[in-house]
Amino acid sequence: MSRKLKIFFILLIAVFVIRGSVDAAVSAPAPSTDTIANEEAKSFNIRDIILEHLTDAYDWHITVVDGKPVSIPLPVIVYSKTTGWHIFMSSALHGGKEYKGFVIAEEGKFKSKIVEINEKGEQIKPFDISITKNVFSLLFSSTLLIFIIMYVANSYRKNGFAPKKGFVAAMEMFIMNINDDVIKPSIGKEYRHYAPYLLTLFFFIFINNLLGLIPIFPGGANVTGNIAITFVLAVCTFLIVNLKGSKEYWKEILWPDIPMWLKFPVPLLPVIELVGIISKPFALMIRLFANMLAGHSIGLGLTALIFVTVSKGIVMNTSMTILSVVFSVFIGFVELLVAFIQAYIFTMLSAVFIGLARVEPHQKH
Amino acid sequence: MSLLTPDSGLLFWMLISFGIVVFILAKFGFPVILKMVEERKNYIEESLLMAEKARTELDNVKNDAEKLIEQARLEHQEILNNASKLKDTLIQDAKTKALIEADKIIENARIQIQSEKENAIREIRHQVAGLSVDIAEKVLRKKLTKDDEQLNMIQLLVDEINIPKS
Repeated sequence: MSRKLKIFFILLIAVFVIRGSVDAAVSAPAPSTDTIANEEAKSFNIRDIILEHLTDAYDWHITVVDGKPVSIPLPVIVYSKTTGWHIFMSSALHGGKEYKGFVIAEEGKFKSKIVEINEKGEQIKPFDISITKNVFSLLFSSTLLIFIIMYVANSYRKNGFAPKKGFVAAMEMFIMNINDDVIKPSIGKEYRHYAPYLLTLFFFIFINNLLGLIPIFPGGANVTGNIAITFVLAVCTFLIVNLKGSKEYWKEILWPDIPMWLKFPVPLLPVIELVGIISKPFALMIRLFANMLAGHSIGLGLTALIFVTVSKGIVMNTSMTILSVVFSVFIGFVELLVAFIQAYIFTMLSAVFIGLARVEPHQKH
Repeated sequence: MSLLTPDSGLLFWMLISFGIVVFILAKFGFPVILKMVEERKNYIEESLLMAEKARTELDNVKNDAEKLIEQARLEHQEILNNASKLKDTLIQDAKTKALIEADKIIENARIQIQSEKENAIREIRHQVAGLSVDIAEKVLRKKLTKDDEQLNMIQLLVDEINIPKS
């Protein structure tokens, strides 16, 4: 019964997301064909296009109409050491324009970042907390997540523990599935203490992954495929694991039960263990980042296939377009799976690390 | 490689938004849901236990009732048995008493008859004695005539005696 519901829930999301990807495959050509029409002399540079989509931006680029880019401007918030705080819309910097001495660097060390140009003509990076595309998407998904979970929680507050229906029931099943199948077995008897954080972690990653799969505004930003995001998540897990580590955990790292020559005078194993402390969250960070980045790259690459083959003749282009759409749908499904799996793995490994850090002394034989 | 260098602005916003999300959801969101689901689970378990208990209690009550009925049946049987025994003894007693009574009556009757008989015999003896004296007297009186006459006389007298006797 619960498995059937689970499959239904996943399929529902799948249909929603796949429709989005097909839209992307169909609607994305519009801007790019225009680009090509305008810059026929230039060769179509896939690498730049894909990188541009993967990295952060100060405005939300939607399409290009008659050679003019159409985008949603986002607020820029910068602090300059010389002129103080500045808040303005990113549309002021469009097309390399300068505003109050700020400009988006075209090349150099701060490529595509806002820099301040001083009297000597040098580029100085200001303290930049602009609401970029990723930040906007992050805030949007956070709000959405808070809204969804609080909606479910409020329904419990109001009606007690009576069985729920519809969306709340589906969410309950989802939450309890993660709680009972991932968190509980990984941590052990103290799991109640860590379950709220780990559930938040799971749903935060999952909702950002899902929004990243939806190609139209406000989805489509590469949030979880950005190393700053995964870095913060990994640091949180790192802090919890090591701050909540038991005495036995630290003893096993610094003074394990091994032959003396392995830990003294050269602390061979303690050093390896200490590296392990760092490498575990590092692996978490890289895994999520790389998987989501790769997924977005593949999706974009497949779509770009259509425009690369424009110059190869109509037959080639048509067949490649069909191929591209078919593969995009396929990759859309795979990405949906990856979105869940990566959130699942991040949560599970965090839970396992916490569980390992809460070890109790071994029974002496 | 701008992909691998975390951007300070994004880092800043990520810290803030993730912090807020964790604070709100880990404090007011998930614990409520987990607690309620846990409570529901406990409630169901308790209900099952209580149902089990109620069933065993019901079984016990049923057993008790059956035992009571069995006991009542036995008592009933015993009472009936006793009553029938009592009846038998009563009848037996009555019979014995009646027999004794009858024996007594018969005995009395026999004694009375005996005494009556003895009285009668005595009476007869008296009368026979009287008659004998009378006969002797009459014989003596007729002796004076003939022997034949005497015999006839005796015969006559004896007949006379016999008549009143019958």
